[in-house]
Amino acid sequence: MVVKKQDVRNVDAKAVTRFLVSLVAPVATFFILKWSLGFIRDEASPKLLTMLVALAVGVLGIWVLYWIANDWVSRLPFGRLRESLLPFVFVGPAVLLLLVFMVYPTVNTIYLSLFEKRSDNFVGLDNYVYIFTEPDIRVAFQNNIKWLIVVTGACVSLGLAIAVLVDRVRMEGVAKAFIFLPMAISSAGASVIWRFIYAFQPVSRAQIGLLNAIVVAFDGEPRGWLLRPPVNSLALMAIMIWLQTGFCMVVMSAAIKGVPRELLEAGRMDGCNEFQLFFNVIVPYIRGNVITVTTTVLIAVLKVFDIVYVMTRGNYDTEVIANRMYVEMYRFLNFGHGSALAVVLFLAVIPAIVVNIRNLRRQRSGQ
Amino acid sequence: MNTHSRARQVLRRVLSSSALYTIVILICALWTIPTLGLLISSFRSANDINSSGWWTVLGQPLELSQWTLENYREVISSSGMGTAFVNSLIATIPATVMPITVAAFAAYAFAWMEFPGRDVLFAIVVGLIVMPLQMALIPVLRLYTTLDLTGTFPGVWLAHTGFGIPMAVYLLYSFISQIPRDLIEAAKIDGASHFQILTTLVIRIAAPAIASFAVFQFLWVWNDLLISLVFLGTSRETATMTVRLSELVGTFGQHWHLLTAGAFLSMILPLLVFFSLQRYFVRGILAGSVKG
Repeated sequence: MVVKKQDVRNVDAKAVTRFLVSLVAPVATFFILKWSLGFIRDEASPKLLTMLVALAVGVLGIWVLYWIANDWVSRLPFGRLRESLLPFVFVGPAVLLLLVFMVYPTVNTIYLSLFEKRSDNFVGLDNYVYIFTEPDIRVAFQNNIKWLIVVTGACVSLGLAIAVLVDRVRMEGVAKAFIFLPMAISSAGASVIWRFIYAFQPVSRAQIGLLNAIVVAFDGEPRGWLLRPPVNSLALMAIMIWLQTGFCMVVMSAAIKGVPRELLEAGRMDGCNEFQLFFNVIVPYIRGNVITVTTTVLIAVLKVFDIVYVMTRGNYDTEVIANRMYVEMYRFLNFGHGSALAVVLFLAVIPAIVVNIRNLRRQRSGQ
Repeated sequence: MNTHSRARQVLRRVLSSSALYTIVILICALWTIPTLGLLISSFRSANDINSSGWWTVLGQPLELSQWTLENYREVISSSGMGTAFVNSLIATIPATVMPITVAAFAAYAFAWMEFPGRDVLFAIVVGLIVMPLQMALIPVLRLYTTLDLTGTFPGVWLAHTGFGIPMAVYLLYSFISQIPRDLIEAAKIDGASHFQILTTLVIRIAAPAIASFAVFQFLWVWNDLLISLVFLGTSRETATMTVRLSELVGTFGQHWHLLTAGAFLSMILPLLVFFSLQRYFVRGILAGSVKG
């Protein structure tokens, strides 16, 4: 094959430019990133400009970093070397982030839970003894258990019931949209919504909270729903039930639609009424989904923080573990107690971790 | 079957179906009225809110003099919800794009590249999905203090990326690994590198899965309170909407005209995203909830 001289020169020129780009680009990126991160942190920078720079850095910066890493590896001399390094360019950042934000903190939190508040002196299991004997924290544990039972029970059974009901009405989509709308609302926003429902005015004035207005309409005494246990904790739980039921309903509804028609017909032929059909055919068929949803809600409830923080800050015996941990960290600056509380939450989710990994193995071997 | 019993059957069916509709409508009302009350109140003057229940306006909704935008003006300017809105945007958009990018590269490697320790690493990622955030707070906060990252947006982006990766990798992997092998092989034969295959072919095919996770993560970050509170703090310069709102509840617990307008402001964007991309959101929930 005859190669013209000009082509060779073109290829050379191209290779040289590309080589220069791959040298200059990382350096330039480094300085641009460094400058813009400084710009974002500088409180004197105009807000909107900060936003634009932040978006550019946060969105494009990460892509450029991957591009540079890939470019460098693809320039390495040996094919074998390239082949074996490239996967680490792809998974490396993810693994690094997991190490920094999840694996190292887990080990470190367990370690810190064995030290006193400033983490200087080793105290063995003293922090655990403290959190299990201190009356205030015992209230938090008791409340968490109540939350787990009431909220999970209510969400799952309501979600299932609503899924079955809306399955039979004509405007199913609309009805569902109403119920899972709260899923887009933050716990902080929902807390304001419900604080307003629970609002309390002295008897002499008109009630502006819906709940007290209803109570008064039935000749009852208006009351401060958030002040006295156990009603106040129930009032907070209602918020989470309101937020989470939509999730349960969506999953259950999809599962119910997967129940084969023949199975239902066969049940009807055998003379089952709708209730028997529900408990003897539908529920056993979607058992797997019910378990999944229950686990997901249990884990979410276990970590509940926002609602309690916004509504009562854990006062009036409404404390829960996650809020208490925040209090230990920020009010008491006691990292020993805080870490011990976190470890308790961690221990509680270990069964879910084991089940997840076991399911993954089963899927893999099934393939 | 005689006409009498048939008539009874029809009657029973009509009754049971109207009972069904009544129950469904009641439930829908129960789930909507709280938000509706907030929305209506946010347009009433402070005086009106405190002297009569919001439901009283339903009698005369057309009396225009009772409606006002004053609450919004006040909460945006003097209560700092305007700045908080921008802060939420700065925190949320990169914290949505970054985990997607990192997870897309990782999911691709887990699905289509060979490397030592692949299966063990993936099992760890899946195990970390349910890890409570609380386990990370103290160590990461200390790390950030040494690196001078507390109270900065890049710190929050990284934290959300780190915490979001397990779920993101899991969701994207389950989609990316289902792409037919022939498609990937054909691209390789055409001389495409892994980087090119990912950025052109895979991203395009996996777009629905990416959209699902994006909606999910966007709502999660926008609505998050704990991470913003710990890593960005309560100063007005950096506070996000949820943080600012919880501060308002703490200081102006009875100023309903501010709280209702502030809460509704913080809900506008997530509600818009939710309604316009509901399909992707539901798909994400269904894919994610298979995990158990």
